[in-house]
Amino acid sequence: MRLSRSAKVVLGIITALVLLFIYTPLLLVVVNSFNADRTFGWPPKGFTLDWWVKAFDSPGVREAVVSSLWVAVVSTIISLVLGTLLAISLQRYEFFGRDVINLLVILPIALPGVVTGIALNNMFTTILGVPLSLWTVVIAHATFCMVTVFNNAIARLRRTSAGLEEASADLGAGVFTTFGLVTFPQLRSALLAGGLLAFALSFDEIIVTTFTIGAGETTLPIWILQNLFRPNQAPVVNVVAVVLIVVSIVPIWLAQRLSGDSVRVSGARVKADGR
Amino acid sequence: MGQQPSVDWITFRCVALLWTIRQRSKAHPMTETLAAGTSTGSEAVPAIRLRKLTKVFGDTVAVNGVDLDIRHGEFFSMLGPSGSGKTTVLRLIAGFELPTSGSIELEGKDVTAMAPFQRDVNTVFQDYALFPHMSLVDNVAYGLRVRGMPGKQRRERAREALDRVQLGKFLGRKPAQLSGGQRQRVALARALVVEPKVLLLDEPLGALDLKLRQQMQVELKELQRSLGITFIFVTHDQEEALTMSDRIGVFNNGGIEQIGTAHEIYERPGGIFVANFVGTSNIFDAGQAQAIYGRPDPLCIRPERLRVAWTGEPERRSGTTSRPGTVTSFVYVGHATQVRVQLDGGPAVVALVPEKLPGSDADLVNGPVTVSWDDDAVVWLPAPGT
Repeated sequence: MRLSRSAKVVLGIITALVLLFIYTPLLLVVVNSFNADRTFGWPPKGFTLDWWVKAFDSPGVREAVVSSLWVAVVSTIISLVLGTLLAISLQRYEFFGRDVINLLVILPIALPGVVTGIALNNMFTTILGVPLSLWTVVIAHATFCMVTVFNNAIARLRRTSAGLEEASADLGAGVFTTFGLVTFPQLRSALLAGGLLAFALSFDEIIVTTFTIGAGETTLPIWILQNLFRPNQAPVVNVVAVVLIVVSIVPIWLAQRLSGDSVRVSGARVKADGR
Repeated sequence: MGQQPSVDWITFRCVALLWTIRQRSKAHPMTETLAAGTSTGSEAVPAIRLRKLTKVFGDTVAVNGVDLDIRHGEFFSMLGPSGSGKTTVLRLIAGFELPTSGSIELEGKDVTAMAPFQRDVNTVFQDYALFPHMSLVDNVAYGLRVRGMPGKQRRERAREALDRVQLGKFLGRKPAQLSGGQRQRVALARALVVEPKVLLLDEPLGALDLKLRQQMQVELKELQRSLGITFIFVTHDQEEALTMSDRIGVFNNGGIEQIGTAHEIYERPGGIFVANFVGTSNIFDAGQAQAIYGRPDPLCIRPERLRVAWTGEPERRSGTTSRPGTVTSFVYVGHATQVRVQLDGGPAVVALVPEKLPGSDADLVNGPVTVSWDDDAVVWLPAPGT
């Protein structure tokens, strides 16, 4: 479709405004983490690394970073294993109740965090009688992180022919050899993308975490929430927020690049096959 | 204890199963070939024996009680239209599908319930199914790799196999960098390098253009003859089946209509379906046959056995039959002309006339002619259901 010059200009301006509205506050947080003025006077009178030094020296922040990383890594690993298994079973096999399971697997990402949080909290404390800890956070995160891995894996499986697995079995490879030598290499980049998304999702999650975390524990987002309204912690909160932004954006950017690449590669393959 | 299988017992069963699978996939192809050599001394044991083989998908009966013996070292084609069950039979032999009922024997050994990786049968797939992330050498070496052959040795064997199909120069290439015909050869090399007892080919030439297909038909046939391996070839192309096969099984509606050599199938079709599907046939129904020969069975005559007399003069020789008719159209096919004639009180027939026509199409069309044939060119077709 051709757009007139004026339409292009108008659409360009709207796009710019929307993006500006989204990213200016983020930029403000980044700038303020270097702002020499404790009350964030604008424009900044000077820049300093004091807040960064202070943040790195704070044992509370360091602990929260380690906890967040640990939770994100473990829940990503669990998601990778379960998401891959689910995708293979739902895409490659026919069985009773397949469509229902497909829906049930995707549901947690659509469910409001408050609901997931309350439900899991109830289950852990009253039904299972498990004390809340970082492990309960890991399990809670895995319920929805699994979905990103699952979605990426199943999309890739749909594009790769089940004939490859048949060929492998035909040539004498058992189920596990076939997975290792044929299925996994086809899935690798999709799993990396899904895993990075899962990591980002877990790393900055706060609602479900609030309901499932143990009394003495803090993750980074929880730490921010707890310190947000303490005036003398405000500059350090900005620093932590910047760390969160970076750690969340980089994996998503990588994931997008990876899945973009794989789409292009498989597109070329389809073309080659079409001759 | 004792009432239920304990967790330990289940674990033990799983480990035992895994172990068996590993042992099977590690077994060396050489030893298996040796074992096959000793067990196949008698010619009586067929390479493949199917008994009452049936496969039902939901409401559809894809394969309906097929009995079939395929001999050692035979080039056997399964010919039939799409949906006739031939590919399903192939997939049942390979082990990708489990039969609803019936049995499959490979060299006298019942393999009905075995997984694909436990059968000494290899497949060349219709879309080749080459592993896109592996080079040609790794693709071809795959079967040797999963049998535990050391890297250097299996690469050497894969190289030899690729040399044999004239792809020795492209060892390091990926499948996506090859043409359709080249991929087809890689698939062939990959299946043959593990020395299967039976090679299954699922319409492997379907994606190639005509010239290449004819060339590959000859190459495949020569390869099969030199290797002496049983080939089971699935195709819907009757010409391909007639050219290459020692024997052909014609499939229709999940069953086998006729089994025979190319000559038998073409010259003596066993029924109306085979007569129509293999080559072109002129079929006279039971009533029309009754009017000519006084026998109430359908009959069939091949177009090349019909002669057209442009003068309209019937042949007087004994052992020949003539019928008057009207020319309706011509199709020039290069080596001959197909002449369509509507017989008076009979079917519309096609006659293949190799010589030059005695006039232009416009002069001859709608003209009265006489069509004659030798009585021994007539093939009586048993009525369906008998």
